[in-house]
Formats: sequence, C-alpha cells, structure tokens
Amino acid sequence: MNPRRKKRLLITSALVVGLSLSVGLVLFALQQNIDLFYTPSEIINGKNETGVKPVIGQRLRIGGMVLNGSVKRDPESLQVSFDLIDNGGGIVTVYFDGILPDLFREGQGIVAQGELLTATEINAFEVLAKHDEEYMPPEVAKALEGMDHLKKNKK
Amino acid sequence: MWKWLHPYAKPEKSYQLAGKFLPWFIVLTVVTFVVGLVWGLLFAPADYQQGDSFRIIYIHVPAAMMAMAAYSTMAIAAFVALVWQIRLAEMNVAAIAPIGAVFTFIALVTGAAWGKPMWGAWWVWDARLTSELILLFVYLGIIALHNAFSDKVLAGRAASILTLVGVINLPIIHYSVVWWNTLHQGATIMKFDKPSMPPEMLWPLVIMIVGFGAFLGVLTLMRFRNEILARESHRPWVTAMVTEKLAGEK
Repeated sequence: MNPRRKKRLLITSALVVGLSLSVGLVLFALQQNIDLFYTPSEIINGKNETGVKPVIGQRLRIGGMVLNGSVKRDPESLQVSFDLIDNGGGIVTVYFDGILPDLFREGQGIVAQGELLTATEINAFEVLAKHDEEYMPPEVAKALEGMDHLKKNKK
Repeated sequence: MWKWLHPYAKPEKSYQLAGKFLPWFIVLTVVTFVVGLVWGLLFAPADYQQGDSFRIIYIHVPAAMMAMAAYSTMAIAAFVALVWQIRLAEMNVAAIAPIGAVFTFIALVTGAAWGKPMWGAWWVWDARLTSELILLFVYLGIIALHNAFSDKVLAGRAASILTLVGVINLPIIHYSVVWWNTLHQGATIMKFDKPSMPPEMLWPLVIMIVGFGAFLGVLTLMRFRNEILARESHRPWVTAMVTEKLAGEK
C-alpha cells in the first residue's frame, strides 16, 4: 500500500472510530433520558443506574405488565384502573379514562403516559400496548397456555 | 490477491458486469416476491395475539433490514472511495442512497400502520423509531449533499464522508431495543438465540427478506449502470456502445 493511501486509510479509520466513541459517550450520558418509560420498581426505588426518583406531579411514561385480576372498570363510564407490575416486584396503579388498545388485557405489557399522582399512582392520558417479539399461531399459544411462555418485561 | 478486481476499476467493465448480474437478480426478486407474499399473506398462520395484523411483518421487517443493509453497502463503498479513491465506489454511493431512503420510508410507514392497531399510536418517540427516522434523514442528507456540488469529484468525496459519519447510527438502530426501554419489541430473528417464531411463519419471512435483498440488488444495479453512463457519457466506449445499439435497431 503506498504511503498516501495508508495515510488516507488512517484518517478515515480515525474518523469512524472517533465518531463512534463520541456518540457512544453522549448516549451513555443521556442513557436515562432515552428510556421510553420507567418500570414500576423504578418509580418506587428510583432509576437503576442513577437512583433518581420521579417527583409527584411529574409527567412520565410507565411500562409494565397488567397484574392479573387488577383491572377495574367503571360500568357507567370509560374510567378504568389497573395495577402494573414488573420483575422487581413494584406495583403501581394506573387510572385511565378512554379507549384501551385491542391488545390490552391482564398479563399484557403496556406503556402508559401520564402524571404521577402519589408515589404509586398515575393518572394516564394515553395507554399503549407493548407486545413481545414472539409470534405463534393460536393453536400453539393454546397448547402453551398455563406455561410461562411469555417473556417477562425486561429489567 | 486483489489483482482479479483491478479490471473492474474501469467503468466499462463494471457496467458490463452489472448488466450480467441484473437478469438473475430480477428473476430471484420475482420468484421470491410471488412465493413469499402469497405464503406470508395468505397461508402463514395468524398470530395468537395480533391476528392477521401481524402479517405486515412480511413487508415491514424485510424493508427495515434492507434499509440498513443498503446503508452498510454504501458505507463500505464510501470507505473504499475515500481510501483508494476509486470513482466507481463514489458512483455506487450516489446510486444506493435514494434506494435506501425509500426502503427506510417503507419501513417507517408500514411500522406506523402496524403501530396504530397494535400499540394504539401511529408514532412514539422511542429509541428504535427515532433512530430509524434519523436514518431516513441521514439518507436525505447524503442525497442533498451529493447534489449540492456541481463538481462530481467533490460531491462524491463529501457524500462519502457523510456516509461514514452516519454509519454510527446502524448499531444504534439495531441495539436500541436492547439498550433502552422501548415500546418496540426486541429482535425476533436477528439474534444469536433461535428465532422466536415457528417455522411456518418464519419461512415466508426469510423468503421475503431474500426477496427484498434481491430487489435492492436489482435497483442498485440499475441505478449504478445509469450513474456510470451519465458520468461517462462523453467517453468513447459509451459512444461506441450507443452507435452499436442504434445500428442493431435499424
């Protein structure tokens, strides 16, 4: 390889490596801001990495699994409340007034956006269903029922 | 070791080689699209959770993967263009950028159409969706930068540098669902574990991915050939080819 090419190879490689490093550092620094949501345990105990707790009145997103048997619907209106849980064992109650997505049901992972009312209660104005990366035909899902085939939410 | 590649640094040779590959890629595209789409959209079983809506995966995932594959190809070409200063590599960058942008756009639109019924929102600013949107902007930036210079040598170099800068986005897109809490689910097939999908759903998806790859190949080859012709239009070999073609038609 002639020296000029070698120099260009070095410069180009340095450009790519330097940029990856700086972007990596920026992303690392912004880590907690990039997370789409808090998990219930994070709302109670603070973020895993930083220990920062959300303050009451703060607008935030929460993601977790709908606890079995916790969904309470108001027969007169669209008011609904349910508990979210995650692997860390934290439980947070979500209040919501509106139409829930099709995939919403007990045991489903969801992401809700709203305002923190008390340390463990959220008044949501948007509820989104989160589905996992597993796909299967209904027959297979039926055969697996009762087994713990659904992966738990990460973290 | 690389001696066999040297003749293809000549635009004429590359043009002919691309022409030889083209029909094969077209055949592969047509076959895989017909088989993959019919199998995936009509015969693959519905999902236990999402029902028939999940079938959009047969367009969404291949489009998103090829948007990233196109960018990787472009980045390699840009690297070659910068280090070895091979003009054909620059032409390759210019040829792929618009194709990659369209694939990214398809991935974003099909993703939004999938997100509305399943998640309950067209768009969410989570890490995966945002980084994919940035990929689209990077593509558009490269196209714009390339067109901003009237001097093609300068244009090629500037576009190549921007392409290399943007390559950092690729691992971010891929790992966004691992590194951060996102609404977008994790990877189904692009992981070291076995795919989280039974074979009767997976096969049509694999066929569609191959199909989109072949389609990307077809478009790239066609645009690459056009790019060579446009830049070499004053060269004797182009003139000779055109005269020969015209004579054949008479």
